[in-house]
Amino acid sequence: MFIAAAAAILVALSLALARAIWGPSVFDRVLAGNSVGILAILLLAVVGFLTGRPAFLDIALTYGLLNLIGTLAVLKFFRHGDLAYDVEERKG
Amino acid sequence: MSLAVDLASWALILAGSFFTVVGALGLVRMPDIFTRMHAASVTDTVGAGLLVLGMVLQAGISLTALKLAILLGLFFFTGPVVTHALAQTCLHEKIEPLLADDPAAAD
Repeated sequence: MFIAAAAAILVALSLALARAIWGPSVFDRVLAGNSVGILAILLLAVVGFLTGRPAFLDIALTYGLLNLIGTLAVLKFFRHGDLAYDVEERKG
Repeated sequence: MSLAVDLASWALILAGSFFTVVGALGLVRMPDIFTRMHAASVTDTVGAGLLVLGMVLQAGISLTALKLAILLGLFFFTGPVVTHALAQTCLHEKIEPLLADDPAAAD
């Protein structure tokens, strides 16, 4: 059963990768990159069960946190042109 | 493990796999960024949720199940945050949603 889940996740991963390569705008690529990250987390969890090593879940959790930070950092850079931009500071 | 729990977890994992593929298919097929976000959120919520729930049933009451629950919480709290930030940035960059009466939406 986990093999079927892993195969489905791999199919979804290749579709998301196609969108990431195809674009056309940078935001499509950010969205596809985020999806690739989430699918990679799911694949890590499933492969952990498949091989009987649930320690893979720790890697999956870490990857999830990094995925969030990475996506938000890219979005902040494209919105403000600067990763250190402080919205509250510019208001006053 | 009893057969009933096994069957339930298999059903959940199969349904989760189905919704994961459907969400990714929508990511490729949808016409503009906002509809693609909508499709990607299917993978984030239903697909991942059902898959993780099925794996929790397989794991039983253990540390593994707790880690899977934390993973599910992470998905449920970070998914909307990322989608909101992405939509806000798109609107800030003057990318408008495609409307039904647009000639470009006909195909």
